[in-house]
Formats: sequence, C-alpha cells, structure tokens
Amino acid sequence: MTTLEEVRQRAEADARTYGYHLNPDPEFLQNLLEGLKQNEERYSYPSCPCRLASGKIELDRDIICPCDYRDPDVEDFGMCYCGLYTSSDIYEGKTKVRPVPERRPIEKQVRAYEPAKATQKKEAKTKIEVKTKEEEASEVKKKLWYCRQCGYVVFRDDSPYICPICKAKKEMFAEIKVRIEFSG
Amino acid sequence: MEFSKVSGQNNEHKVVLYALNTCAWCKMTKKYLKDNNVEYEFIDVDLCTPKEKEKIREHIMSKGGSPVYPTVIVDNKILITGFRKDKLEETLGI
Ligand code: SF4
Repeated sequence: MTTLEEVRQRAEADARTYGYHLNPDPEFLQNLLEGLKQNEERYSYPSCPCRLASGKIELDRDIICPCDYRDPDVEDFGMCYCGLYTSSDIYEGKTKVRPVPERRPIEKQVRAYEPAKATQKKEAKTKIEVKTKEEEASEVKKKLWYCRQCGYVVFRDDSPYICPICKAKKEMFAEIKVRIEFSG
Repeated sequence: MEFSKVSGQNNEHKVVLYALNTCAWCKMTKKYLKDNNVEYEFIDVDLCTPKEKEKIREHIMSKGGSPVYPTVIVDNKILITGFRKDKLEETLGI
C-alpha cells in the first residue's frame, strides 16, 4: 500500500522535474495528498482527487495525476485544476489565486456516469450487466499516437493534451496507422 | 440517497452541496459554510451508488450546470460551480 509520504515524495519529484511547486497551504496540500492516496487505494491508480473517476483505467487515463490538463492550466491560471501544482508566482504569493475552470471535455466527464446507465437497464441480469460494463470500457479504442515534434509514442484512446516530453500541443500528435500486409 | 445535514443559524436558504470525499475544494466549501454558520446538506458523490451518481448528474445538468464538484445549489435554483466565496457571500448574504 502506498503511504502518504510516498504520495508526497512522488508529487514533489514531479513538481521539481517540471519547475512547479506544490501548494503552499499545508492543510490544503495534505487534503489533496490524502485524496490521491484514497483514490489510489480504491481504483489502484491515483486519479484526480477533484474529479469523479469511473474506476476504469481506460476511461480515466486523462485524469490520472498528473493529469493531461495540468500543464496548460498551470500556464494559463498558475495552478492545476485541484491546486496541487502551482507556478512560482502563485507559490510566492505574487499572483492571486483564481478559480481554474474545468478543461476536461464534457464527453469525458460523463464517462464516470456511463456504467450507471448500463446498470439501470440491466439491473435484473447480473451476468449481462458485468459484460456490458466490460464492453463499455473496451469501447474506448486505443490507438498509437506519435508526437511529430519529438517522436514520443503513446498507446491510448486519444492523443495527450500536451506532449509530456517536449510540451508540443495536442495538434502536433498524429496517429500511427499500423498496416499488416501479407505477401507471397 | 442519503444527504448529511449540518445545522447552522444562517438557515434562510436551502443550501445543497454536491461534493467529492477526496476533493480539497469541496472540503474548503464545507468548512466555509460551517464557519459562517450556514445550514446545509451535502452528499459525497464518489461514495454514492452508480444509480445515485447518475441521478445527481442529471439533476445538476438539468439546472444548467456541469457535473463538477463542488457544486452548490441554493433554493433549488441558483447553481454555484466550484468553491466561489464571492458567489456564496452574495447569494447567502454572508
Ligand atoms: S488537477 Fe492537479 S491534482 Fe488533479 S490530477 Fe491534475 S495535476 Fe493532479
């Protein structure tokens, strides 16, 4: 089981790598780290403490901390949606904290609720219900994407919001189409 | 669906908070309402059943909001998205 100290160290290391700081308010920070730990325990991955997760990694990949939206949010608002990662200006109190609007597209937000619809319909048929849930997760078709700027390759349903290596924008990603040809 | 009730002297309005158990902004909202003696009800949506979650999503979206947390609904008509002290102050007369 991950300890709170490990969650803290992981976040600190990540903040250092990207030139960010963790939230300067000790109580607020503690709450966020506890939230991350709780999510890691119940979902087995540290999904964003301030967003409702579906519990299925296929549907929650973009909100596993640090989420896809962190870098653009720190750039535009000085901190991520939860306020875990902040810019130097916010950390040093030079810039006022502003509310960070949700950048995650609504189609992805509602994924946390989709299994509920299936459950309602198939309530009486437990077996079918389980199958439906699995099917829902597998409906998210994964593809290979590469960053045209640095060559980073990733296998997921959608290209990342920002390249984690060179920070290129989403538009720089292109899909790698795999073609298998049989000859002879 | 079980809402928890927090009593307070400032009880002119019906205040309902939709929160997540893990969310720091939701904790701030709970603390802010309590510190200002506001009577309110809350539910931690992440701890609800799938059916309840779906009902909550429908309810918030029917009021013109998005399913993000914290969401505060005052008197069943004014919707406040996120922890917005300014809007809470204005709406609740704090
Ligand atoms: S908003 Fe912040 S805390 Fe939440 S997942 Fe993104 S980086 Fe992590």
